Amino acid sequence: MNGTIALPGESKAAAARIGKWRLGDPLFKWLTLAMALVVVALIVIIGFVLFHWSALARHKFGWGFLVSSEWNPVEDRYGALPFIYGTLVSSFLALVIAVPLSLATALFLTELAPRWLRQPLTVLIELLAAVPSVILGLWGIFVMVPWLRMHLFPALRSAFGFLPLFKGPLYGVCMLAGGIIVAIMILPIITSVSREILRSVPNLQREAAYALGATRWEAIRVAVLSHARKGLFGAVILGLGRALGETMAVTMVIGNRPEIALSLFAPGYTMASVIANEFAEATTDVYLHALFEIGLVLLGVTLIVNALARILMNAMAGANVTRRA
Amino acid sequence: MKAARYPWRKFKDRLMQLVMGGCAMLVIAPLGLVFFHLVKSGISAVNWQFFTHLPKPVGEAGGGMANAIIGSLVLLGEAALLGVPVGVLGGVYLSEYGSNRLNFWIRFSADILNGVPSIIWGIVVYALVVIPMKGFSALAGGLVLGLMMIPLIMRTTEEVLILVPNCYREAGTALGISQWRVVVQIVMRTALRGTVTGILLALARMAGETAPLLFTAFGNRFWTHDLTNPIAALPLQIFTYAISPYDDWHRQAWAGALVLLLMVTAVNVGVRVLTRDRMTEDP
Amino acid sequence: MTTATIEKSVPRKRLAINSPAITAPAASRLEALTPSDWALDVRDLSVYFGTNRVLKDVSLQVRNRSVTAIIGPSGCGKSTFLRAMNRMHDLVPEARVTGAVRLFGSSIYGPEADAVAVRRRVGMVFQKSNPFPTLSIVDNVKVGPRLGGVRQRSVLDERAERSLRLAALWDEVKDRLNAPAVSLSGGQQQRLCIARALAVEPEVLLMDEPASALDPIATARIEELILNLKKDLTIVIVTHNLQQAARISDYTAFFYLGELVEYDTTSKIFTGPARQKTEDYVTGRFG
Repeated sequence: MNGTIALPGESKAAAARIGKWRLGDPLFKWLTLAMALVVVALIVIIGFVLFHWSALARHKFGWGFLVSSEWNPVEDRYGALPFIYGTLVSSFLALVIAVPLSLATALFLTELAPRWLRQPLTVLIELLAAVPSVILGLWGIFVMVPWLRMHLFPALRSAFGFLPLFKGPLYGVCMLAGGIIVAIMILPIITSVSREILRSVPNLQREAAYALGATRWEAIRVAVLSHARKGLFGAVILGLGRALGETMAVTMVIGNRPEIALSLFAPGYTMASVIANEFAEATTDVYLHALFEIGLVLLGVTLIVNALARILMNAMAGANVTRRA
Repeated sequence: MKAARYPWRKFKDRLMQLVMGGCAMLVIAPLGLVFFHLVKSGISAVNWQFFTHLPKPVGEAGGGMANAIIGSLVLLGEAALLGVPVGVLGGVYLSEYGSNRLNFWIRFSADILNGVPSIIWGIVVYALVVIPMKGFSALAGGLVLGLMMIPLIMRTTEEVLILVPNCYREAGTALGISQWRVVVQIVMRTALRGTVTGILLALARMAGETAPLLFTAFGNRFWTHDLTNPIAALPLQIFTYAISPYDDWHRQAWAGALVLLLMVTAVNVGVRVLTRDRMTEDP
Repeated sequence: MTTATIEKSVPRKRLAINSPAITAPAASRLEALTPSDWALDVRDLSVYFGTNRVLKDVSLQVRNRSVTAIIGPSGCGKSTFLRAMNRMHDLVPEARVTGAVRLFGSSIYGPEADAVAVRRRVGMVFQKSNPFPTLSIVDNVKVGPRLGGVRQRSVLDERAERSLRLAALWDEVKDRLNAPAVSLSGGQQQRLCIARALAVEPEVLLMDEPASALDPIATARIEELILNLKKDLTIVIVTHNLQQAARISDYTAFFYLGELVEYDTTSKIFTGPARQKTEDYVTGRFG
């Protein structure tokens, strides 16, 4: 009897609870979805803001903005070419220095290093990644640049001085110094991403090479590198993305002169550093909008480069997944 | 032919091993050099005064970066208030809900955002906040760091949540617990340590960001108690001092850099020690 | 029939030279064998992973140009034994091998022995087919000779064709040699891996459950291939399939818990084993 009385009450409570769950589940799901979509919204917002705030410069200079090398705040005429050039050259130099070093390091970490060394080395490389850009820039100004000017640059000039790349006076702060500092900044990211990619190469592939009588280096070449090349290319492109946007350290050592010079010993300027240096002193609206337009160009380039890197690395991961399945 | 070639192959093998080991040493050399020079040039100015005093004007020796250190902490606090909830909940969505297609695009966007140059974040927040508010502010500085943290935290949270074995979720669901409470009380709790690690690493990275603060927090030589005023930050102060022409300021820059790097390194090493059991290296 | 075209021209100069006289151990029941018939001579072989001893004092002799099957329940050390025959354990830092393995009389773990050289004489085919996915079919086969220093195109082509014929794959792929290796079916990929191993011209071929992932028809082709190959080289095959061992092998070794329980001719192992444990296993009472 009691049971028949208690039962409806219980089921009501249960129903109420079920009802609450029904509300809680979708609410939580929609809440998390909204938070996840913030990243999509942010990309749109960033693009829109830069587009909107560069209107004056875009209308005044049109596409000529990209190919003009005049940067004249006094007469309010602006062209982005020196900065585009400086960004491309310093990033390219950085890649030339960083890619072989980081790929070799990643191979050393995954294939060759004795086990006891792998963990400490990996941690040190992650610590290098954690060094703030401004600290590296500080070290760059006061330690690296004087050393380059006293030792490396004279040596380069006397060895390769016949090339226009290595001619001219040595200021210390210059395109090459910028390239080197950016290289240091992107070494850890290329290394650690490459390491992940190399680790995803199935061990069976390595064994196949060893079973054919390959040496360690031959196994790397035949089984590991060829298998991972797409992903490694992605890692390099990801490094390029970082190099293009690197700001503080490069601003501190590249010399900040908006000129296009063939010599790597001449000061240069990058898109990121011109924004960092001149944004606060942009006195006219057109000046400010020109800097925003440089930001827009920089954003466009880094978006494309990063998207390409992700596509390459996803393709690598996808291939592995299908093989494993 | 084989016999003649084999010593050469062996030699090449050894050579490549040496070259790669050498490259690895070369890659970590800058870390050692930076630490060495920071300690050498900065240690003399790191004293009690450094942590308790305001910067001195040019020409006066001494002074400290107390306001910059506190300023950095204030900015990081603001950033965490924004970046942690959004990033963690977004990561929950990626790992627990959603279709493959939608999640691909969200993940892709987060990865792309992680690649947006920090200076661009700075000028976007300048346009969105500084101009309407008619001035640089601690709020703008916190906002920009918070926004930059979102994609970072979202991806690390997703990665640790995915590692939680599905049987935990099934066990919770089988007990009649609603899905969202399974996620919050079982999945997220299981992955708590990994999530916190991701948050700490993101904060450590933001602590060193300079470019986005140039036109948002802007820097301040004095104390401020008002979040709508410009505020000092350690990396900004280091930058200002580094590019100044004064030796006193250079010394302060080295000291500031040493303190900042030690803090960043401490967090990085700390979380690795705390999560060491998960870091077992495979061959 | 594709296998009819097997060529006998594979050079076998290194065979059975300078085998020192080693007295036959009492444990061996292969009365007919003399040391010069041995391709592999294993003495007191133990393998440790860390402190875990996975293989315990195994001694056995593998006859030249025969098929020797290694059987036993999962985890009995079959694969561990096989991988000790071409020093694949060298690649695992925590693995340690003790005892002696002689390949046609010369020690493969001795101070002068070189793992890379050993692996060129002792080839291996793995449980899961593992062609190099970025290489074409024919390049997969050529990769071994290329590493060995063969540069001449004609030699490489000839070597590739012969290996593919030996592996009974030639007729199926001769029109698309430059297609990617992963475009082949599972069974074809495994035969490609066999061809790749054969192209190095090994004296011994180790096969680690080569047909376990294949359907019955593909398995039958591999088995047929093995029977043909033994005319030219020595095959040691690990299998969990007792019928397969009975069909294709001349000698069978039964491993249990890391120990060699019994080793004899296949017919003896399957019809009248000396040990109760072996009988229990081959009659399906455990395992």
